[in-house]
Parts: sequence; C-alpha cells; structure tokens
Amino acid sequence: MGIHNSCGLCRVELKQVSVKSGSDILLDNINLEFHCGQLTALIGRNGAGKTTLLKAILGEKKHSGKIYYEKHDGNEMKHPTIGYVPQQLLFDKNMPLSVADFMMAAKSKIPVWAGYQRAEKQKLKKRLSEMDCDHVLDKKLGLLSGGELQRVLLTMAIDPMPDLLILDEPVSGVDATGLDLFYKKVTFLRNTYHIAILLVSHDLALIHRYADKVVLLDKTVAEQGDAKDVFATKAFRQTFGYFSGEDTKWNG
Amino acid sequence: MEWINTMLELLPFSFLQYDFMKNAFLAVLLLAPLFALLGTMTVNNNMAFFSDALGHSALTGIGIGTLLGLKEPLFCMIAFGIFLSLAITKVKDGTTSSDTIISVFSSTAMAIGIVILSQEGGFAKFSSYLIGDVLTVTQKDLLLIFVVLLLSYFIWALLYNSLLLVSVNPSLAVSRNVNARFTENVFVVLVAITVMVSIRLMGILTINSLLILPAAAARNVVTNAKAYHWLTTAIGLISALSGLVLSYEMGTSAGASIVVVAALFFFITFFMAKINK
Repeated sequence: MGIHNSCGLCRVELKQVSVKSGSDILLDNINLEFHCGQLTALIGRNGAGKTTLLKAILGEKKHSGKIYYEKHDGNEMKHPTIGYVPQQLLFDKNMPLSVADFMMAAKSKIPVWAGYQRAEKQKLKKRLSEMDCDHVLDKKLGLLSGGELQRVLLTMAIDPMPDLLILDEPVSGVDATGLDLFYKKVTFLRNTYHIAILLVSHDLALIHRYADKVVLLDKTVAEQGDAKDVFATKAFRQTFGYFSGEDTKWNG
Repeated sequence: MEWINTMLELLPFSFLQYDFMKNAFLAVLLLAPLFALLGTMTVNNNMAFFSDALGHSALTGIGIGTLLGLKEPLFCMIAFGIFLSLAITKVKDGTTSSDTIISVFSSTAMAIGIVILSQEGGFAKFSSYLIGDVLTVTQKDLLLIFVVLLLSYFIWALLYNSLLLVSVNPSLAVSRNVNARFTENVFVVLVAITVMVSIRLMGILTINSLLILPAAAARNVVTNAKAYHWLTTAIGLISALSGLVLSYEMGTSAGASIVVVAALFFFITFFMAKINK
C-alpha cells in the first residue's frame, strides 16, 4: 500500500463539527479523524445524522467547527477532490438523459446538448468497462438497475481520482453479487490509490469484513475503533442488538 | 431591419406582405427556440406548475405598474416575476409540499393583481393580457426578445451541465463544485424574465403551455439530452409558425393556436412511444 495518490492527502480531521437546523441539533460536537488508505464506516440508527455529516463534509450543509485536510507534508490541503456516490437518485426517471450525458455533464464544460466528441465518449466507455458496465453508456439513466446505477456513480466518483471518496449507503437495491463486486472494487481502489474512503452503511456483515475503522454515530461520536471493538460496545448493542458474525445481516 | 423585411418578403407566405405579420412572424421565430430551451429543463425538474404560477403572477406585476402610474408595466412585471420565483425556490426547500407552496403563491399573486386591476370595474382593458396578442408586437419588443434569447443561450452554454447535475442529485452536484442554489436561482430568474417579456404577446392563460408542451412532446420519444434539446426546438418552431398561419387564416388567437398545434405533437409522440414499447 505504498502508492499514494498525487495530491497526497494524509488525513481528514473533524474538529468540533456541529450542524443545527433551526432549534434542532442535527450533529453535536463531532471530533473525528480518518486516514487515507482506510475505509472508515459510519454506522448508526436512522436519524443519527450520518447523511447530515456527509453533507457537511461535502459543503452542502452549513456547519460550525472545522474540517481539516492534512497533506503528507503536514500542510493543510485547501481544496481536496471529493468523490461522492449518493444513496439514491430521486429524479424523474423519464428524463431524456443518457448515462453518457450524465457522466459528461459531470466532467466537461461543454454543454451536453451541444453534443460531445466520439473520442471523449470512448474514454467513458473504457472507464465503464473497468466496472463491467460499458453496455449502459447509451441507456437512459432512469432505466438502469440499482447495481448498474451504483457502478456508474462509482465510475464518476473516481474520475478524477479523489482524495476522499464518500459512499452513502451505496448498495441499496443491489443484489448480493453486485454488492460483492462493488465492495471488491472499493477495496481495490483503497489499496491501489491509497485514498480515504468514508462509507455509510447498514450492512454490518459487510462492514465487519471490509472496514478498517468503524464510527458509531448518534448525533455525536458514540464509539469508534476497529469493527470488532465497536461491535462489542454497549452503545452498539443498544442500537443494533448483538452482532453474532458475518452470516447475520442487519437492516436496522 | 430593412434587410430582414426584404428577406421575409421572399418567403412564399402571402401574409408576410403585412408589416404587423412580419413582426409577428419574427416574434414567434425568436420565442420558439427560447421557450424550447427553458422548457426542456422546466419539464426535467417537474416545474410545470411553477412556471404556470409565474405566468399568473404577471397580473400583480401589471397591477403594481398601474399603481405606480407607469405606461409600460414590463419592468414591474419582470421585477415581481423575479421576486416571486426566488421566493418560491427559497420556500419550497422547506418541509411543506412544494405543490401547496406554489399554489399559495400563485393564487395570492393572481388575486392581488385582479384586485388592483379591477378597481372601479376596469379589468376589461387588461383582459388582452389573458390571451395575448402577438400582432401588437413592436420592433422594440423584437429587439428585447432577441436579447433575452442571446442571454439564454449564453447561460445555457455556461450552466447547462450544472443544472443537469443539480436536477439529478444536488449533493452530487456540490461534490463536483457546483453551486446548486446559485444555478437553480439563475434558471428560475431566466424563466421569469422570459415569461414576462413574452406574456403580452402570448397570453397569461396560454404561456405555460408554450413552455411545457414542446419539451413534453419531445421527451416521449428521445433518450438523450442532445436529441431532447433539438427536437424540442424543432417542435417549438413548427408549432409556432404553423400556429401563427392558422391564426391568420382563421382569425383566432395566435398563442392558443400555437398551443393547439403543440398539443397535437404531444399526442402524436405519446402514441408513438406507446406503440414502440
């Protein structure tokens, strides 16, 4: 795991991060650190603030406190590249928008209604083929299966290769084979490009298998550490019950 | 302008011998691509009801203009339209159903407009705004519409990709360094300006159909953004020109005639899509 990506993010530190909405406190004084080359999993009950935390990191939700990105040389990284795979896309499924349009819109300055070059499209096809998904390039985005959509979104999130990759419950509506494929790919990215990965998931069995670090969130950081340590804590049991092993899958 | 007139006279349409028809012809020629452009995104974002509300709010703009004693209320209409569209965009991010919110704004704006304009029973002189009259278009109007069309294409070149990302997933757009709120605001302001600039010609009651129908017709049969854009523009242009000819021949309202042709396109593509399934 010696290969670092070119930008050289070393760690992300959240210092006293809080998010309020009116008088509601959505996140309360989060202090958290996660590293490049690690897959950090964020778990917690519904409404614990997992998605809010991701949105704060993305810059979509206003927050107090500081989110600090440190480079390997110890200096601050001002503008880290963040890749994001959303939980789901709540858009009009009839929208005349092909996968190629969508990927190009995220990448290129040229408006997609004006068209794009064949060579550029070939590049997209090649990237998708690395995810075994090149057959969807000209399909309507709204017609993709859950698994296809996740792979398209992951392909987009790693182009350009990010310093921090955020995956929000990325496997809802995906079958077991697709799920395994997705995690193998994510693990491959972590090992090959040494990027920091932050994952929100309810699938404790997968987290147990793949995560380097687990953070249990309940408005604030309730527990953090290795999966097996966190899974053994009282706070964890109160949220999820006992975790008996990889065969058991929770959807709480 | 002289060379345009000469060019128009070369076209094989007898009605183009009249100056007012020449202007009307040019007006729909400019408005069709403008409406097509904005219509594609309005339909994508499920904002048909929003643009409808915006059209109705023109009455308040006219009313405020009248109260201020302005001869030409366009400035007030644009200002009020921009205010209303930004207000709806801001409020609908909250928890209340956006359907309800838009309806509240729409009814309020329309009622205030009617209250102001119907003082002393004088609404009749404003009723031409309801169905519009493209034949009253002046060269100043044409120039204004042309400027709005240029501005829209310019913004469409700069912001289209961002708008597309925001309409699919705002968080994803933010992760791509798109300012989601700003992008959305620019779009609704552009729709407001376009609606207000053309409402005297196209009519409060029909303007929303002109925005929605060509895009709705096109999306029945296309699968990508480029085809969507150009087919909407083509349907918009064909509907606008044939609607204008129909209205000339039959002496009917141009706005409504254009809408009828565009509606025909919608049903044709709708059944084409059904058959192809």
